[in-house]
Parts: sequence; structure tokens; C-alpha cells
Amino acid sequence: MSRHLIEARGLTYRYPDGTLALSDISFRIGHGEAVAVIGGNGAGKSTLLLHLNGSLQSGAGEVRVADLPVGNATLTQIRNAVGMLFQDPDDQLFMGSVFDDVAFGPRNLGLPESEVAGRVNDALATVGARHLAGRPPYRLSGGEKRAVAIAGVIAMAPSILVLDEPSDGLDPAARRRLINLLRSFSHTRIVATHDLDLVLDLCSRVLVMNRGRIEADGKPQAIFTDTELLARCQLEPPLSWQRRS
Amino acid sequence: MSRIDDTLRELRSLDSFAALPNTLTRLDPRAKILATFFYIAVVVSFDRYTILALLPLAVYPVILAALGDVPPSLIARKLLIASPFALMIGIFNPLLDRAPLVDLFGMDIAAGWVSFASILLRFALTVSAALLLVATTGFHRVCAGLNQLGVPRILTTQLLFLFRYAEVLAGEASRMGTARELRACGRRRLNLGVYAGLLGHLLLRALERAQRIHLAMLARGFDGEMRGPHQLAWRRTDMFFLVLCAACFALARSIDLPRALGHILLGALP
Amino acid sequence: MHMADALISPVVGATMWVAAGATLAYCSRTLRQTRQEQLAPLMGVLGAFIFAAQMINFSIPLTGSSGHLGGGLLLAILLGPHAAFVIITSVLTVQALFFGDGGLLALGANICNLGLLPCFVGYLLIYQPLLGPDPLACSARRVGIATALAAIGGLQLGAFSVVMLTLFSGISSLPVDGFLLLMQPIHLAIGLVEGLATAAIVLFLRRARPDLFSSIAPASSIKPLLGAVCLATALTAGVGSWFASTQPDGLEWSIARTSGATEQTDHARSWPAVDTSTSLEGLLGAAATLSLILGIGFLLRRLSK
Ligand SMILES: Nc1ncnc2c1ncn2[C@@H]1O[C@H](COP(=O)(O)OP(=O)(O)OP(=O)(O)O)[C@@H](O)[C@H]1O
Ligand SMILES: [Mg+2]
Repeated sequence: MSRHLIEARGLTYRYPDGTLALSDISFRIGHGEAVAVIGGNGAGKSTLLLHLNGSLQSGAGEVRVADLPVGNATLTQIRNAVGMLFQDPDDQLFMGSVFDDVAFGPRNLGLPESEVAGRVNDALATVGARHLAGRPPYRLSGGEKRAVAIAGVIAMAPSILVLDEPSDGLDPAARRRLINLLRSFSHTRIVATHDLDLVLDLCSRVLVMNRGRIEADGKPQAIFTDTELLARCQLEPPLSWQRRS
Repeated sequence: MSRIDDTLRELRSLDSFAALPNTLTRLDPRAKILATFFYIAVVVSFDRYTILALLPLAVYPVILAALGDVPPSLIARKLLIASPFALMIGIFNPLLDRAPLVDLFGMDIAAGWVSFASILLRFALTVSAALLLVATTGFHRVCAGLNQLGVPRILTTQLLFLFRYAEVLAGEASRMGTARELRACGRRRLNLGVYAGLLGHLLLRALERAQRIHLAMLARGFDGEMRGPHQLAWRRTDMFFLVLCAACFALARSIDLPRALGHILLGALP
Repeated sequence: MHMADALISPVVGATMWVAAGATLAYCSRTLRQTRQEQLAPLMGVLGAFIFAAQMINFSIPLTGSSGHLGGGLLLAILLGPHAAFVIITSVLTVQALFFGDGGLLALGANICNLGLLPCFVGYLLIYQPLLGPDPLACSARRVGIATALAAIGGLQLGAFSVVMLTLFSGISSLPVDGFLLLMQPIHLAIGLVEGLATAAIVLFLRRARPDLFSSIAPASSIKPLLGAVCLATALTAGVGSWFASTQPDGLEWSIARTSGATEQTDHARSWPAVDTSTSLEGLLGAAATLSLILGIGFLLRRLSK
């Protein structure tokens, strides 16, 4: 899987209670791209992201990751390739200690314990959380939880990163560290976020979602100057732009 | 809903001492688990009118608390909170068992009072031993130890999940409860309908959370088996601790130390 | 209805541990065979839910007292009895280890009374037969009645078991009939309310998430579970009688107590009568022992600082 492509064609998803969360989503994200998915609350960002590693699978439409169709037969391969950060870190930190939590993925990959330890320490160091290794997750602050959750994803050494609101709840330093980390990552990155300044710093492409559809797909500069589009999708230009004008 | 927050604080307070670096926290959890069980078995094996011979056994929790840096006040508070049940059943003994058993300077003490005191003493000893096991080991390692001792992994995994998410769910319950109280116009107690609605919503959220956690686990390669670390190593100190404990408990079980001590002291008195 | 370490004899405690352990082994094997380890997160979060739910009290109508959910029956309805038993075991273990509720020796007995009975007897032998093969098609009233009866049944048996185990242990002086009269009616009321609460929650869920009931609750056959219940009962009864025959003291003594106070003085005489000099000896010894222990504790604390 050298080509870190993600492609969706005609994706439509309805939750069991009848809510139509995605309708006819199509896009194609190429190798090494950093793409932001933005949109108001309930626009369908999280639902879309959950499709990218097969957490949700819909009847209509298709997702392909690195030229493999997402389906039950390919799930293991897909999930090893796609690292997924969930919106609520409490959902992702289920082990008794930070170390064991970050080690959960590598251990499932069947790595020997020495390599697991190496990966865990590297991943924790990358997010600046080495000192938390022995702590139980419930004793962490919100931002620390998110940092550790990110380490858990990185420790799997995925070739594609899918992140749901990674900067939510981070202090400015941690947020800056996260942005630098994501910039240093040469693989494909897909980030759903309300942090539009992060989008400006990081992404070369933006997908704007509204009510389960993709309203626009383009460069950040073009999207953020289209005031009519932003208003329609419950968005605003990034703060750093508003101050400038 | 402050009761929920209190309970949570209680739950966490014990576990935090296990992170302290000391001799006890470094011991293999299996050694401490086995010692605790042996201790409890010895304590409850005395007959129901025993008080004196039980006293030397108090040395175990005292030493554990001292070595483990666990404040005695914490254990005492927890004992107090847990005591009503032992009190409730035990208090019938003095009422029902009135035959005089002990003659204390001309005062007859009924057998019921003696057995009641014995019940309370056993309660304090066994419960503080269990509390100190967690406080000096940490729940995480207790579970790892149990696992190595043959407890099915499905239960130890379950225990860790429960411990982890008790906080999250109790937090949700507490917030829902506060929201209800704010709108309940002073009616503190829950009637059945409101209660069922509250719990039903809490349960729905719990189920949704479980689903999300499962997804997060699958995303990191979960295939149904929890692979824990296998870093428990039985060392000579663990063996030493266990043998020492067992020997002391056996000694306390076979010799009535306080009476012997009293005999010597009384003999030494003019 | 937790039993406490202080009130249970080692033999009874150990027997109940064996019964609880056997049931646990059986349940975990079944869960593994039916590939339900995938349920780990679901079971864990539901355990946390029961833990949280037990901290919320509802008022019992007309009595002015309050109760809380036991949870075994609700879990069995949601996940089937095997998973429910494992979950209740975990909740009771945490309560014993962290709050001293019950204690470790009595944990086996508590698991049997509060886990085995509601999950297997209450659910499998009462709830399921009452609802028939298609529980989803049953009317709300039928669900309510079946749930209440199952909860009452489980709790009555649990209360009875507490009395019997206390009796076999022979540490409390409570007379059997008095204890039974105390426990059974209280648990009738608690069972009724818990049953209604459980029914209300089940009906609420059936409306909100009908998909749940069809997807997770596995259809389980009664036979092996009947086996487990019978095994536990036989073990308890066996040990009870063994205990009664080898160590007649506790049982006979309780029976004598309930049949009248005539033997009391005899009984008291059979214990060593203690005269003043021996009690002085005892007091001195106790004081010396306690000061020694406290001294050791104090010293160790000083040294480890
Ligand atoms: N488990 C669910 N069951 C039913 N409907 C759901 C579920 N999860 C989300 N929805 C609905 O699907 C739609 C899309 O939700 P989604 O979580 O994808 O939005 P989002 O863009 O991530 O929003 P936010 O910015 O608030 O995170 C919303 O209308 C939401 O109400
Ligand atoms: Mg979202």
C-alpha cells in the first residue's frame, strides 16, 4: 500500500433511527494531501470520517482506501493503514494506564513486547506526553487525554491519519505542537475540525459540509473568502483573517 | 447528587497510593492477594466469642498502612462508611444472647456483647485488609495478579472497564441528576416514573458510548482478545513476604499472645 | 442485602466461593464459545452503568424508604444471563475491594445471591417462561408483570439464601424465624419496586432502541444453566449438612435459640467461665498488644519517611 489514496463515491448513510447523515458524498484525496473537513454541528463530519476506516459501512456508495474497497474482507488491512482519532478521547482511552493504552494497538499487531515499548515511548514523546506514561487515563486533563489518544494512533504507524477535532480542548502550546506534528507527517491527513486557523496553518484543501452534503471543495483561500458559502454553512472566516481586515 | 461525586472520590482515593514508590507497591500483586486471603481466612476461623486472640492480627493492616504510606484516617473513614451492615446484624446478638460469659471485675458481660464486639473486630480487620490490598497494589495490578492466579480474563477485563468508565458514567448521572434537581422545585426524592426515565436515558448513553468504544478498539486492531502486559515477575522478596505473613498469621492463630503477655505482665507485677 | 465477612464462617464463605467460581468459569466459557468476547466494551460500560445506577435511589411508595437497582435482571434481559453474571460479579468485586461492602470472604456468597439468583433463576426460570418465545411481541403489561415477578422471585430467594448462610455460619445470634420474618417481607417490597423500575427501563428502551433487543440478547437454552443452578444448590446444601454434622455447634445453637431460652445457661457454662484474675490478665495483655502494634506502626511510618 504505497499509494495513500482515499476515495469516496456516492456515499449515503442513514442512522438506524432514520436520520440522514450523509447523502451522495464523493471526493478523491491523493497521496500526502492534508485535507480539512469543516461544517457546522451535525453537518456529518464525524459520520463521514467513521466511514473512512469501515467503522460505519453504508449500503449506498463506496469508499476505497489505497485502491482497496472498504468492506468486511479488507477491514484488517484498512484499519492498520488508517489511523483514526475519535472525537471524544474518553472513548479511546480504555486501558488502565497511559502506557498500556498506547500499547493496545501495537500489541494487537502482534509485535514483540520490546518493540511495543519502543513504539509507545516514541509516540508519547512525539506528543510530549512521556511523563504521563504511568498515569491512569482518568486522572488526565482533557488536553492530556487528547494528546495520549493521538499517541495511541501514531503508535500504530498508520499511513493515513484521520482525525476528528484533534485540537479541541488543547492549550495553545499543545495545539501548536499538534500542528507541527501534523505538518511533519508526510502521509495523507484528513482532519475534521472547527478550528479554522488550524486549517489555514495545515491544510492545502478544504471540504465544506452542510446537512450531509459536500457544499464546496477547494483551496482554503478560496473557501474562506466566499462569505455567502460560509454563512450558508454556519461558518465564519478564520479569526486571524477577521483581525487582519 | 453530591453522593455520586463522593463515591467517585472514594473510588479514586484508594488507588492513588499505589503509585507511591515503596517496598509494598513493588511487591508482586499475587503475593499480596494470597496473603490477604490467608489473613481473612485466619481472622474468620476463630470462634464467635474470641476477642483477645484476634488483637495481634491487627498488626498486619497497621504495618501495611505504615509501609504503604496510606493514612490510617482514610481506612478508618471507609470502615465507618461500610460498618452499618455489620452493626445491623450484629446488634441482635446482645439482645438475644444474654447469658453472662465474662466476669469483668464483678460485672457480668453477656455473651451477646462479647460476640458483638468480636463481629465488629473481625469486620474491621478483614475489610481493612481488603482495602489495603488495593491501596498498596493498585486496581490495575490487582487485576493483573488475579489474572495470573487463574481468574478468567473476561472478568479481569470487565473489572478494568468498569473501573475506567465508572467515572465517565457517574459523571453523566451526576449531571443529569443536577439538571433534574434544578427543575424539580425542591422535590428531592425520585418517584418511579422519573427514576426510570433518568436511568433509561443514562442507559441509552451508556450503550452509545459502548458502541463508540468498541469502534475505537476495532480501529486499533481489537479482535476480541485483550492482550495485556505479562510483566509480573515472582521474585525472592515476594516469596519472603508471603512466607513471613503466613508464618505470622499461623502463629497468631495457634497462640493466644495477649493472654500470654498478660500472664507475664501480671506475674511481673508485685 | 450484602453479606459481610464478619458474619460468615470460613466453610460457608469458601463453599460459596466455589459455587461462584464454578458459575464464573461456566459463564466465561460460554461467552468465549459464542464469540461474545467482542462484547467486552459493552459489558464493561454496562457494569459502570450499574455501578452508577446503584448510587441513585428511588422512593418506595407508601413506605417512606428508598431502594436502588440491583441490576442483575436488567442486564440479563439486555445481554443474556452469562454476560449479566460476569458484570454483576465485577460490580460486587469493586464494591468489596474499594468500599468494604461485604468483604472478600463473603464475596462468593454475595455473587451467588445477587448475581446467580437474579440472572439465572429470575431471568431464565421466571422471566423467559412468562414471556414465551417472542418477548418483543409481548404487551407492555405482560413485560411489566413478568419483570416484577422475576425480580421478586430472585430477591426472595436471595433473602432466603442470606438467612440460611447466616444460620449455617452461626456467628449472628438471630433466630431463623425472626430473621426470615425480617428479611422476606422487606425484600418483597424491594423486589416489587425493583421489578417495576426494571420493567419501566426495559419498556423505555424498547421504545427508544428497538434494534437493541433483536441484536444483542442471545437466545440461550435453559438446560446447562439449570445444571449450574442445581450444582450451586447442591453444593450449598451439601456443605450445609456437612457443616451441621461435623460442627453441630452453630446450627444447633441457633435452633436451640429459636426453640426457647431454656438451654441458655447451660450453654454459657460450656464456655470457660472467666474469673476476675483472668480477665485482668486479658485486659493487661490486650492493652500491651495494642500498644505494641501501634508502636510498630508509628515506628515504621517514621522510618519510611
Ligand atoms: N448515533 C447516531 N444515531 C442517530 N443519529 C446520529 C447519530 N450520530 C449522529 N447522528 C446525526 O447525524 C448527523 C450528523 O452527525 P455528525 O456527528 O456526523 O455531525 P458532526 O458534523 O460531526 O457534528 P459536530 O461538529 O457537532 O461534531 C446529525 O444530524 C446527528 O444528529
Ligand atoms: Mg463530530
